[in-house]
Amino acid sequence: MNTTKRAGLALLSLALAGALTACGSGGGQAQDAAAGGKVTIDYWLWDDNQLASYQACAAAFHAANPNITVKITQTAWAQYWQSLTTQLAAGQAPDVWTDHGSYYPQFVGSGQILDIQPFVDRDKVDLTQYQEGLADLWVKDGKRFGLPKDWDTMALVYNGTMLAEQKIKPEEMANLTWNPTDGGTLQQVIAKLTVDENGRDGLDPAFDKNRVKVYGFLPEWADGSQGQNGWGDLAVANGWTYLDKNPWGTRYRYDDPKLAQTIDWYRRLIDKGYAPKFDKQSTLGRDAVLNAGKGAMTFAGSWTINSYLGPDAKQKFALAPMPLGPAGVRKTAINGLSDAIFAGTPHQEEAWKWVKFLGSAGCQDLVAGNAVVFPAIKAAGDKAAAAHQAKGRDVRAYLDPTKTAGGTFLLPITDHGNEVSQIVQDAIQSIVLGQVGTAEGLKKANDQVNALFT
Amino acid sequence: MRTAERSQVAEPGDDAGADAHRRRRARPRDDRRAAWLFLIPALAGFVIFYGYPTVRGIWYSLTDYNLLSAPAFVGGDNYARLVRDPQFWHSLAVTVYYVVVNIGSQLLLGLLLAALMHRLTRSVALRAMLLLPWLVPNVTVGLIWIWLLDADLGFVNHLLKALDLGTVGFFVSPEWAMPTIGMVNTWAYTGYTALLLYAGMLQIPPHLYESAALDGAGELRMFRSVTLPMLRPVLALVLVVSLIGSFQIFDTVAVAARGGGASSAIRVIYYFIYQHAFQYFHMGYASAAALLLALVLGVLTVVQMRLLRASRSDLA
Repeated sequence: MNTTKRAGLALLSLALAGALTACGSGGGQAQDAAAGGKVTIDYWLWDDNQLASYQACAAAFHAANPNITVKITQTAWAQYWQSLTTQLAAGQAPDVWTDHGSYYPQFVGSGQILDIQPFVDRDKVDLTQYQEGLADLWVKDGKRFGLPKDWDTMALVYNGTMLAEQKIKPEEMANLTWNPTDGGTLQQVIAKLTVDENGRDGLDPAFDKNRVKVYGFLPEWADGSQGQNGWGDLAVANGWTYLDKNPWGTRYRYDDPKLAQTIDWYRRLIDKGYAPKFDKQSTLGRDAVLNAGKGAMTFAGSWTINSYLGPDAKQKFALAPMPLGPAGVRKTAINGLSDAIFAGTPHQEEAWKWVKFLGSAGCQDLVAGNAVVFPAIKAAGDKAAAAHQAKGRDVRAYLDPTKTAGGTFLLPITDHGNEVSQIVQDAIQSIVLGQVGTAEGLKKANDQVNALFT
Repeated sequence: MRTAERSQVAEPGDDAGADAHRRRRARPRDDRRAAWLFLIPALAGFVIFYGYPTVRGIWYSLTDYNLLSAPAFVGGDNYARLVRDPQFWHSLAVTVYYVVVNIGSQLLLGLLLAALMHRLTRSVALRAMLLLPWLVPNVTVGLIWIWLLDADLGFVNHLLKALDLGTVGFFVSPEWAMPTIGMVNTWAYTGYTALLLYAGMLQIPPHLYESAALDGAGELRMFRSVTLPMLRPVLALVLVVSLIGSFQIFDTVAVAARGGGASSAIRVIYYFIYQHAFQYFHMGYASAAALLLALVLGVLTVVQMRLLRASRSDLA
């Protein structure tokens, strides 16, 4: 085939390629404000449990602002960040999206999120109405990248039936103590709740740790670099701090002995047969094991309230606060989400209006009424608790720490969050597997993590 | 074997040695023009969906690119960092381990099943049954086996426990996780492999078996001396295609990881690439890793084709 034809072919395919890409662009925001001033705001979230709440907010918002329609897109967590990033790269970003502490540094670093501090100043948004510390998570170098929307904390969830069988009173669960040496009364309860196939509990001298029927405690080992579901909370109660400063610290402290002591306590729990060995644990999630009646207790976040206390739970579960640490204080991680405005949105003013509404009592009271998450506004948090109470669920274990000075701590927000997560998770998993010593493994991981910041 | 081979159809090679006299016939050019016309849709698809992304991938692999800012040219930096990255080599080693387990078991089982079908029964129902696992979507396959093999709640461990054999954490134990994933995919793909090999066996002229039988060869001897040598080109094709497919294992690992990030025992090369591209947003680094992988696969394919003399058949 001669060259002219070849060139023709190449041109044809290029034209085709061009046509294809042309179809793909400009779909998101085809409308313009000129058409009667009507604007559509694209809003993204990942949690299907909360879709209804935010649809209610969008409807209320549209009723108050007839010219602005909010179009909600829900994408599952597993694909959410990939979708969002590729949409941003393709210039198709939503105007507003639900934001998360682990991922947002990435977007801030590349200038994708609008600084809303000027709007906050202009409209005099009251930042003191939010749960302590949540608003500061979204500030970097004096710029503000979101308003708090909700929060979650940790508590103990236990099988009430098993507790009664072992003659432990629910009142005892309210004041459990923990220390990394002997595990305190928490370990006593875990031992009692552990039952072998002959029906002997973990405190019985004849207890057979190789034939455990019910584990007293289920640890979570796929817990990234924060250990929000257990080791992180206990280590902080033990006096550990994650890093030099938060947010935006650059030196992590995974080599601190206080963390090593905590992980070692977990290892002893496994050695005694009170918790499943790492390489014999279920991969279906702790909730599946608890529901199957093969585990008695674990730490669970407030986002799991509906699965443990809702109609689908197969066991009678109840909540207890986190144990009191060696210094006599309880510690639970508190983590919050926010809403981010795309820096390149053609509708800044409308997007801000929507975000302001999301961060106001108008929307957060609606969210509270649905009893799924705790809204960031303190008063709305109480309303959410009341909504749970009305459904017969006692969720004070989650709410109380937020009203206690020093009861909560914020999870780290830094650059390289996802890489740190994988490095530390790998290290902790190989420690628990016994492939490496605790102090040595943590030291090595810490060096790797801090090398990311140099 | 993964989706790659599902879209791969053996294409008849160009008959370069066309007789000279055909070139002097009346309408050769028209034929050729028509041929190109028919090829345009396929070519356009190839250029748009393969050619262009490949070129872009090569360009990205030479840049520092996080998807959100413009790519910055860094030359061979990504490659230099890759070869020094222990994680990259680790994931490559894990992948090779998987490939060996998976291809080994899949080919042996596939050969056995194909030979049985070829020599014993021609039942269509049986062939359809063999294919069933292959028709199940990969993610579903992963989920089914994760439930069946779960260390605490799985049916298989329930049986093991009942037989007093102790439980096995098939997907969590570092020793078991990768072989388990290999066997799960063997289960899913062996039927397909067997069918390909069976089709190859049908090409073997029956008189070879007849004369072998007259010479007093038993079934085993026939398999060794007739079936295997005659099957060589098909076997080579199946091997190459399944090897490429196996190297690209991803979905079963992603399902087994259950969103928590795959444990290092099952972090295969594609998972490594995926993490860097879509979790850490190191697009340039991920592109470099993907290109290195493509290079490795290319070399492996050429070597196999050479060793197996795949383009020549003994049936000519």
